[in-house]
Amino acid sequence: MASNGSSTLSRPLGLLAELTHRCPLGCPYCSNPLALEPREQELDAATWARVFYEAVALGVLQVHLSGGEPAARRDLVDITTAARVAGLYTNLITSGIGLTAKRLAELRNAGLDHVQVSIQDSNPKSADHIAGYDGAFTRKCELANEVVRLKLPLTVNAVMHRANIERIGEMVDLALLMGAGRVEIAHVQYYGWGLKNRAMLMPERAQVERAIATVEELRKRYQGRIVIDAVVPDYFARYPKPCVGGWGRRSLNVTPTGRVLPCHAAESIPGLEFWSVRERSLTDIWEYSPAFNAFRGTSWMKEPCASCARREQDFGGCRCQAFALLGDAAATDPVCHLSPHRAQVSALALVQDDAPYFYRRV
Amino acid sequence: MSEQSTATTPIAPDARPRLPHGVRLVHSEAQGGWVLLAPERVFKADPIAAEIVKRCTGESTFAAIVDDLAQAYAAPRERVLADVTVMLRGLADKKLLEL
Repeated sequence: MASNGSSTLSRPLGLLAELTHRCPLGCPYCSNPLALEPREQELDAATWARVFYEAVALGVLQVHLSGGEPAARRDLVDITTAARVAGLYTNLITSGIGLTAKRLAELRNAGLDHVQVSIQDSNPKSADHIAGYDGAFTRKCELANEVVRLKLPLTVNAVMHRANIERIGEMVDLALLMGAGRVEIAHVQYYGWGLKNRAMLMPERAQVERAIATVEELRKRYQGRIVIDAVVPDYFARYPKPCVGGWGRRSLNVTPTGRVLPCHAAESIPGLEFWSVRERSLTDIWEYSPAFNAFRGTSWMKEPCASCARREQDFGGCRCQAFALLGDAAATDPVCHLSPHRAQVSALALVQDDAPYFYRRV
Repeated sequence: MSEQSTATTPIAPDARPRLPHGVRLVHSEAQGGWVLLAPERVFKADPIAAEIVKRCTGESTFAAIVDDLAQAYAAPRERVLADVTVMLRGLADKKLLEL
């Protein structure tokens, strides 16, 4: 196993399969990179099938079929079949656009286990404005209806930011109405397009505090009816998020063209060497890829992380965020109150701008 | 709204607990044990938890499951009833089980 400072290398549980970067929506917080990978270079279904077998051998239990919009792949049913045949729990992460009722039924027959649909707002007009796509809200509701009719479990992913954070309660009510068993309150994170739009998306501290209190109330009110998962948006938190459960520890991400990343934003860190499933097996990549070993374990850490009691709890936070904000991917995530640069994050959290969004466009 | 259940609220003897669509108990060789797979979540199941969940097929009644476990583990039925109630209520609360 790799020489990463620990005797046994952990095995990943989850694989994020970005089937394509194509997407009809233009959400300004999209976490895809600003340089999107072109259709002509996407992995074919046969290669994905091989990747799924290799993933199972490596220990992966769940695959998240994502994108972009995975339904933009005409061979989505073949890919889903392959994932299920390989033995993976298959989760489709979709905008709901471009997925017909017929194809959804085919996916269910292929063994799809779960569907996650994103919503932009509880207010249809605002939702369509945020998505940059007229009629998106209605089509998402229709798709959710089909998911429930087919008795597939549904998670609603409610992406929160300044334009909708006051409507958390309505968005959870909408998720319940749509028939979701679970709702994720996903505060925007500032990577990719989200970083570009940060000032347009940033909520006020008072809004964030109200949102946290509202979620607590909603959890009590809806206990046993809908599972509410939410985390404090990290610019307003005291400790950093344990990003991807620790670098190269719990999950991996395969891009549309086959590059394997420890997290979806990892390519934003310059100088990392990523390997591709076109040339190597997933196990080989997990164990020996320079990018995966760059921030594994704790030996790469500097102070205050290196001697911190929480170093194996939050793993120094997010490497991409440390690079994006400080230009040093090995620094403590500056959202941590122990970081000497925390004041910089607090200052950024005060910067709000009502200018038009930079929509995500290919 | 109706009164909320708690971890110790009794489960009807004729309930037939089952895993909903989207929740699966699988054995992973690579992970070295039983795991309960659910939307975006993975729960490692210890061998006893796995034995309990395996019996939640939607066919056996809760009473029969408790009887069966009490016999299999030669444990007092009262004790098994209490433990299994707490575990299944906990799973149901997380939408991992239908009662």
